[in-house]
Amino acid sequence: MTRKQKRLAVIGGGVGFLVAAVLLVMFAFSQSIAYFYVPGDLQKTEVPPGTRIRLGGLVEAGSVERGSGSTVSFVVTDTIGTVPVTYTGILPDLFREGQGVVAEGAFTAGSQVFVADTVLAKHDETYMPKDVADRLEAQGVTLGGKETIR
Amino acid sequence: MIIEIGHYALVLLLATTIVQSLLPLVGTARNDPALMAVAPSAAVAGFLLTAFSFAILTFAYVTSDFSVANVWQNSHSMKPMIYKISGVWGNHEGSMMLWLLILTFFSALVATFGGNLPERLRANVLAVQGWITAAFALFILLTSNPFLRLDPAPGEGQDLNPILQDVGLAIHPPLLYLGYVGFSVCFSFAIAALIDGRIDAAWARWVRPWALMAWSFLTAGIAMGSYWAYYELGWGGWWFWDPVENASFMPWLAGTALLHSALVMEKREALKIWTVLLSILTFSLSLLGTFLVRSGVLTSVHAFATDPTRGVFILTILVVFIGGALSLFALRAPTLKAGGLFAPISREGALVFNNLILTTAAATVLTGTLYPLVLEALTGEKISVGAPFFNLTFGLLMLPLLLAVPFGPLLAWKRGDLLAAGQRLFAAAGVGLFLAAIVQWTHGGGPVLAYFGLAIGFYMLAGAVTDMALRAGVGKVTAGVARRRLFGLPGSAFGTALAHFGVGVIVIGIVAVTAFETEHVVEMKPGASVTAGGYTLTFDGMRQGRGPNYTEESGHFTIARAGVAKGEVWSSKRLYTARRMPTTEAGIRTFGFSQLYVSLGDAMSDGGIVVRVWWKPMILCIWFGALIMMVGGFVSLCDRRLRIGAPQGARKARPAPALGAAE
Repeated sequence: MTRKQKRLAVIGGGVGFLVAAVLLVMFAFSQSIAYFYVPGDLQKTEVPPGTRIRLGGLVEAGSVERGSGSTVSFVVTDTIGTVPVTYTGILPDLFREGQGVVAEGAFTAGSQVFVADTVLAKHDETYMPKDVADRLEAQGVTLGGKETIR
Repeated sequence: MIIEIGHYALVLLLATTIVQSLLPLVGTARNDPALMAVAPSAAVAGFLLTAFSFAILTFAYVTSDFSVANVWQNSHSMKPMIYKISGVWGNHEGSMMLWLLILTFFSALVATFGGNLPERLRANVLAVQGWITAAFALFILLTSNPFLRLDPAPGEGQDLNPILQDVGLAIHPPLLYLGYVGFSVCFSFAIAALIDGRIDAAWARWVRPWALMAWSFLTAGIAMGSYWAYYELGWGGWWFWDPVENASFMPWLAGTALLHSALVMEKREALKIWTVLLSILTFSLSLLGTFLVRSGVLTSVHAFATDPTRGVFILTILVVFIGGALSLFALRAPTLKAGGLFAPISREGALVFNNLILTTAAATVLTGTLYPLVLEALTGEKISVGAPFFNLTFGLLMLPLLLAVPFGPLLAWKRGDLLAAGQRLFAAAGVGLFLAAIVQWTHGGGPVLAYFGLAIGFYMLAGAVTDMALRAGVGKVTAGVARRRLFGLPGSAFGTALAHFGVGVIVIGIVAVTAFETEHVVEMKPGASVTAGGYTLTFDGMRQGRGPNYTEESGHFTIARAGVAKGEVWSSKRLYTARRMPTTEAGIRTFGFSQLYVSLGDAMSDGGIVVRVWWKPMILCIWFGALIMMVGGFVSLCDRRLRIGAPQGARKARPAPALGAAE
């Protein structure tokens, strides 16, 4: 190989690697992005079963029920719509009724129940998950007292 | 009164820094040694002022002076002393003070130990450090002043966020910042050299120790943070691809690339433009990380800053410094002459490969971290990019690099022999596959891919050992000579081998814990037991307890293996009284490199409690590996050739000794 060919080979290899990386990133994005919804959105748009989303809102007061073992069911509300959620596992320390929560998971086929595999609750007593706060604020929901949006 | 003195010291620092950032530049422009000589003294004075100011803030915390708003918000008189001290940097204002302290500390180090630098370069470097210091001092004084007073002073503080009340937090941020901010020195060197328009191999030789030091601290800081998240958050995970973690990981990736490319520049005077660009990019990523964490744009555990004025201020700093640096780079880069030529298969080629992968990986992490923010800013659409994205892209990108790591040190400069290197690594690859096969035979189970992952890890360990053995001439010379040669090898050779060995250890830890960990979520009543990783945990009951600023309920578990008692473990749920905030204190019991991890869930109405038990095989390898890498960095730093630097007059005449092909 001449020097020019060698150089071309190196540059070609480098560019090829970068292109592969870009394609990989795009593929990974298509696989792993989760959109954020509040229950009110779900009345307007249908989310197909099995599509991974993040569901945010408030845990409806009085809705938390502990089933057998470590399965818990509760209702997420944004005062406009409600979505029943089940979750198996240990809830975060800060999970409480009437407070903000983000559940990650998907709807199961033929059921209105949202099966969460991850539940995130706010990190301290004055913190509301930012996504939830923004969206609730946009819908004109006031949460009262210190728990309002920051 | 004493608080105001601390505040005043900060204002004095700003004034000193302005002098430091202007006079030396005038000095280099006019070739006036007296003006250039201002730089070191101003830098040392700046450090002393910052240290004094920081000490006063610490004093306010230690004495629980709640008339200071920052202390009131983040401290409590009942808090143990160590958390009163670590609480200084457990909040936005204090954390920025720590940033500033470490920044001025590095400036002072350059001023003190930069005696072998040409006067012009040192003056310029310190001036650039001065600009950064001035920007951040201004930021603290205008938007994040920790010395603001409250009148009347409250009687009791609001306490520190309980998850931050931990020894890990006492150590993690200082280490992280020593790394993060340490890269400012490389940035300043790059800008200083661009201002002067002179960049050669000697420049790389001066920059490399700083990059190495920052990198070693950053490695330790990230590992510490990961371990802290692992045991303190109670979720059993050791890396979440949380934006805040990514914020420190991106400079680490770029910094690792910088370490390697500076090597090429030092030895062969090639990759000059690229190395300078990497120096700028690495610190730019540090600044970006600071922006992400400090501005509160993220939804994250760590984002305890929520004031938009701060965000805009840091964004301005970010734009001015990165934009300015890149413009200067664009202006000057064409005037830099490319250096030594090399064949694609050579040590240089291998290091270019390393750089290509590391920077691509950094770009990938950057994309995944910023994409949700950009999308939300542009369209208002809220998405989350989760761990699967990063695992897929980062994991696949890293794979070729891991395989290539042992090859690098075995290839010669200029033109290497891939086949010969391959032959020498034949044994290493064999060892890797053999050990993985043994693991499969003794343990079994799990996905086949995991064993290949383990094989790669073992192969990297064997590769690092091969490298040292070849250097010592094992097999070619007598054992005595080989031993003497081994101990005569330069520190950087040991450093390289150790760091690469550490990567292998990390790979083993990550693969083992990802593929073979088991998780058991069970409802337990006293007397019930659960088996994880061959160990049987028996729940004995709960106990109420009380700490200095919390109450807790702890569960006691007895651990046995095949009927033989192996120990006990406590796992608790705490309620911090001042903030009414509950936390989970996981119970962790170590067996070799593996751990049993027990965390408590909710109490059931029938007297039982939900317990989550993980068996985490070889998980400690992840942090031990990082520790080995850090030690490698410091061992390399002890290399005499780095300390004395390049002899100035002779450096043009005499190229770097060929023997020094150690790294």
